[in-house]
Amino acid sequence: MLKLNVNGTSHDVDVDPATPLLYVLRNDLKLNGAKFGCGLGQCGACTVMVDGKAVFSCLTPAMLVEGREIKTVEGLGTIDAPGPMQKAFIEQQAAQCGYCIAGMMMRAQALLEAKPDAADADIRQALEPNLCRCGTHMRILRAVARARDLMQGKSADNMAPAAATGRG
Amino acid sequence: MKRFWIGVLILIVVCLAGFAVYAWKPAIDPIEPPQRTSFDQALIEKGAVLASVGNCTACHTKPGGKSFAGGLAVPTPFGTIYSTNITPDPKTGIGRWSEAAFSRAMREGVERDGDHLYPAFPFDHFTLVSDEDNKALYAYLMTRHAVESRPPANELTFPLNLRFVLAGWKLLFFHKGAYREDTAQSAEWNRGAYLVEGLGHCGACHTPRNALGAERKGAHLAGGEAEGWDAFALDRSSSAPVPWTHDSLDAYLRQGWHADHGVANGPMAEVTGNLGRLPDSDMSAIATYLISRMSEPTPERAAAAEDIRKKLSIDQGGTPIPASATTGSPTSRGGAIYQAACATCHDGSRPQPFGGIDFHLSSTIAAREPQNAINVVLFGLPATSGRESPIMPGFAATLTDDQVADLLGYLRETYAQKPAWADAKTKIADTRSGKYRVSVGPSDGIERSPDNVGAKD
Amino acid sequence: MNASNLLPDVTRRGFLAGAGALVVCFAIPAEAQEGEVPSAPGAQTAKPKLPGSLADTPSLDAWIRIDADGSITVFTGKAELGQGTKTSLRQIAAEELEVEPASIRLITADTALTPNEGYTAGSQTIQNSGTAIRYASAQVRQILVAKASEKLGAPVEALKAEAGAILGPNGAKASYGELVSADVLHVDAAADTKLKPPTAYRAIGKPFARVDIPAKVTGGEAYVQDMRPPGMVHARVVRPPSYGAKLTDFADASVKAMPGVIAVVRDGDFLAVIAEQEFQAVRAMRAMAGVAKWQEQPGLPDQYDLPAFLEKSVSEIGTVTSVGADSVPGARTLKAQFTRAYQMHASIGPSSAVAMLDNGLTTVWTHTQGVYPDRKAIAQMLGVPEEKVRCIHTEGSGCYGHNGADDAAADAALIAQKVAGKPVRVQWMRDQEHLWEPYGPAMLTRASATLDQNGNIVSWHYDLWSNSHGTRPGSAGSLIAGRLMARHFPPDPAKLQISPLGNGDRNAIPLYDVPNLRVNWHFIADMPVRVSSLRGLGAYSNVFSIESFMDELALAANADPVEYRLRHLKDPRAKKVIEVAAQKFGWSKDALPEGRGRGFAFAKYKNHAAYLAIALQADVDSDSGTIMVSRVVAAVDCGEAVAPDSIVNQTEGGILQSMSWTLYEAVHFDSTRISSPDWSTYPILRFSTVPDSIEVQVVDNPGTPYLGVAEAAQGPTAGAIANAFRSATGKRIYDLPYTRERVKDALGV
Repeated sequence: MLKLNVNGTSHDVDVDPATPLLYVLRNDLKLNGAKFGCGLGQCGACTVMVDGKAVFSCLTPAMLVEGREIKTVEGLGTIDAPGPMQKAFIEQQAAQCGYCIAGMMMRAQALLEAKPDAADADIRQALEPNLCRCGTHMRILRAVARARDLMQGKSADNMAPAAATGRG
Repeated sequence: MKRFWIGVLILIVVCLAGFAVYAWKPAIDPIEPPQRTSFDQALIEKGAVLASVGNCTACHTKPGGKSFAGGLAVPTPFGTIYSTNITPDPKTGIGRWSEAAFSRAMREGVERDGDHLYPAFPFDHFTLVSDEDNKALYAYLMTRHAVESRPPANELTFPLNLRFVLAGWKLLFFHKGAYREDTAQSAEWNRGAYLVEGLGHCGACHTPRNALGAERKGAHLAGGEAEGWDAFALDRSSSAPVPWTHDSLDAYLRQGWHADHGVANGPMAEVTGNLGRLPDSDMSAIATYLISRMSEPTPERAAAAEDIRKKLSIDQGGTPIPASATTGSPTSRGGAIYQAACATCHDGSRPQPFGGIDFHLSSTIAAREPQNAINVVLFGLPATSGRESPIMPGFAATLTDDQVADLLGYLRETYAQKPAWADAKTKIADTRSGKYRVSVGPSDGIERSPDNVGAKD
Repeated sequence: MNASNLLPDVTRRGFLAGAGALVVCFAIPAEAQEGEVPSAPGAQTAKPKLPGSLADTPSLDAWIRIDADGSITVFTGKAELGQGTKTSLRQIAAEELEVEPASIRLITADTALTPNEGYTAGSQTIQNSGTAIRYASAQVRQILVAKASEKLGAPVEALKAEAGAILGPNGAKASYGELVSADVLHVDAAADTKLKPPTAYRAIGKPFARVDIPAKVTGGEAYVQDMRPPGMVHARVVRPPSYGAKLTDFADASVKAMPGVIAVVRDGDFLAVIAEQEFQAVRAMRAMAGVAKWQEQPGLPDQYDLPAFLEKSVSEIGTVTSVGADSVPGARTLKAQFTRAYQMHASIGPSSAVAMLDNGLTTVWTHTQGVYPDRKAIAQMLGVPEEKVRCIHTEGSGCYGHNGADDAAADAALIAQKVAGKPVRVQWMRDQEHLWEPYGPAMLTRASATLDQNGNIVSWHYDLWSNSHGTRPGSAGSLIAGRLMARHFPPDPAKLQISPLGNGDRNAIPLYDVPNLRVNWHFIADMPVRVSSLRGLGAYSNVFSIESFMDELALAANADPVEYRLRHLKDPRAKKVIEVAAQKFGWSKDALPEGRGRGFAFAKYKNHAAYLAIALQADVDSDSGTIMVSRVVAAVDCGEAVAPDSIVNQTEGGILQSMSWTLYEAVHFDSTRISSPDWSTYPILRFSTVPDSIEVQVVDNPGTPYLGVAEAAQGPTAGAIANAFRSATGKRIYDLPYTRERVKDALGV
């Protein structure tokens, strides 16, 4: 039995302690955000935060993160009350298939928590370990920059993404 | 008595004057940047090969920047030095340097305008380079794309920020002079020695340095340090579990990996990333010379290597260890971490270079110091943009300092059959915090992750 | 996507009857549509052709259902593959039905519920399904107005549809729910239905946020990978080390004893394991790979000499077009040869599927592009009638063509037979996706053109060597599981087919005005490397070749590349996108700094879909061999723009994906095995080399037919990069991809 603190809630999970965190999050805690991409730490689809830093959950044995603060995209907000990172991605329509996006958001969140005024170049650099195959990179960069501004309390005035005014 | 003091004073003044004369170097007149057509194409091509032996691009190209435009931060124990722009740009590069000025820089470590260069530029090795080779290097560099880019100012502590101080350093440690052949050795050996000791400047990283940053002559190629990485010994104290051979070294230097030794990482990756350009004869000469420095392995080492080979052929994957990272001895905790986090890639089921190395073969685990093992565990091997390269994720955010120490202890005892490194914990903490700075880059030798210096994130 | 919705007790009939308002009994056409369906151009039927997919499924109630409570359900046979169609199809239906897009329930590809629209491929969702839904919706509105006219006693002209009701004079009102009854919508579509004029649009062309994004960014259940129906078990497959390998020894006793293992499945050379928990399945899979012994045989071509393999393997030569004289005199003739490596779809999420056998019915949740064809192949593989298999499209990771989706569906279906009553989730590992997905085929192309005194093209010969780009199901032999299982279904034989849609020959005919034209496809039936449709099919390679060659011709004619293209085009819409792209980019003849180049390219996708022109700037570092694309401007005309932001998103994505293919990507192999099992051996674009800016201009043409757009950027991007490289260095590289080694080789020192 492992005790995991995920998104501020403590969970007891009955798994082999060597099980990668990714499978525990997805199957035992039923959290969809972190995705299986490669299982090798090469693509970042599984990225979550542990004690504020981005990690590849596919290569993180659950036993190593007992008692530490684990955060997934579900911990950034909900569909009804999205957090600034989520708002920014919705506003910028920064997804195509969307499979890589939760990993992107978690790596970006770790960056912005460590460096709230990250420059655009910092964002680009921080996201280097994460792959996107649809080619959504430009929007992802814009969305993270937007999230940074939202977190810093800047208004939406100067933003005019196509979907910001959408009704759907 | 008074006369004595006057004598002393005069002596001091004379010495200072003498030093000033020694230290002062004239500027060499600027020239109009030469046209490409003024160089023979064959000479340029020869220069390209030599530039890869010299690994010029690694220091003189900023990650993501233009080739040879400089600006790379090179951390040294005395502060940060930024590499210079060696493109033929007339304003910010070496466009106005004559061949004489270039040769003097190579041979004496002096800028065109007469300033002394820091020994981060390894003129103590380049002084061995022949006139002909300097001519070719000059032809090559003067025909690159000119890039206007001025590197940031160096960040060095007093008095090292004063260039004339370097003259004193040279007086103490620098021996000018071309390569002298050892007639007792073969032509191939001599060729290898010329490349290794001269342009290749292997000793710049692989020889330990003294407190003033000069290579310790008595410990030539006995293992040094570069950009936060231990550069392994290339003499008889080599830590390679399976001793290097001429052929394995030749292959490793050419392709950046060898099945018996794993993948080049840290700054060595830059070296092997360049050496592929060399003609076979030069590659073989380098291997011949270095193998002679390592000497024949002792019978005990040879027997140990044989044991390792046997183990690898039978025992794929190792013995599973009960998976608990929190209970039991440090070794058993480390073993659990290995099984859960490392074994998937390092169980030897996928061949080098893209599979993880079987640690029986790892020089890093068998090494005297834990630094490289710490670097790799914490920072991994980042992906090379757009190019095939081994990738290993860093575990800095996953493993605590204690967990890294447990893991290293396990690897050390299990695979190198040596006691755990005594000072690992402090080093892990210092490396993680950035107190000890490490360059981290992918293994392709040229393009590194954008912010390559420093562990701190 | 709750588990209760997933249980396969819903049939279309039951679903409709149960809900009560509309009756039913329309039949989905029996004949599965193989491959893509041509729409407007070139199709010929005796009756006036109905628009879009209505031609195949004319009954209105196959597309639209209105319940007694007024709720509207729209059915499409197409699938959401990340293009945003769940949103844009709602916009289209909402426009004609006069409701809010968000109020519409949309059911996508499901063999039990939706029309058979073949594959979601060829950038045809909006063109075919969108058109069908548009006309069906408009006709439904007219029917409702007519019903309201009877009910309210008001003339049709006095009525209008608004917010789910028909409004009449003096506040008279009848809601849609009140008006529908019985089989009111069980009528065939009428060819003469009138659509709303563009001036009255409130949904089409307007910005709507995509409906699927909020769930995707908050951890909602969005993909087949996320399904967890009650009682679900986890499966993993174990693949042979190479295509033709035979299992010689498999001592599975130790695997069966592993924790959580429910069953080890062996059927011929097909191996899989079922376990209670996912990581138990992974461990068992690894153990199985360790005990499985295989007999392998070499059979792959020499990857370093693909042209030789392609040339010697030709089975048939097909004429793609032949116009005018074979050879004409001219001032000058130029020739060039181009190649392209095998390339991958390489989705970030490896393929996955969930399947369950219950009461003889196998239900498969799959991210296939074609639920009907997949059902047919799976039924054949299982040896059951098609009615005993139901395929439900559920989103997966990005698609980009025929990837591993159908194969994973087949794996799940086959494995599910062993544990009846339990949903089985199959998730491929990364190496399984990389090694077993069908790649985009390697190609060789040769172009030759004769110019007159003025540099104008008077004759053009173009030859291409390629496998088929379409090996989708198909029979059971098109599925990996079908080939590996003991029955060993043979792969479907490849056939040379030349149609207006194009395949390997897609976009092989230049849109440029050439009086004497020959285009031939040297067809290669043999497929030693597994291949199929990758986004754009042959268009990627053909447009790269044609656009590279056009620049060489322009140089020979001493003409500006943009002017030279315009000079050879008559179609005003083609000219327009070229002019817009050139103008927004600031195209000029001004000298650029050393190592910097500008490149231009154009194509009309498939020669009947979207027009796209692109201009870009790139910097070439001759010493490291790197190419950095810094600024991109594209102009696209896809007819009436339904969802402009989705068009921009798709086009940006196409540009970046094509850039990745063009600069980096090639599948590697030796004589026996593929050696690109992961991202370290098959690198793709990372953030550090993403351009500083990409600007996409949508040239809107309201009221004109929809033109497929999602693949339009693939070819032109490659051409523009090639031409920018040429402009930067004075040298041309003829082989894709433009690796650093190739750049250094081309430039010397």
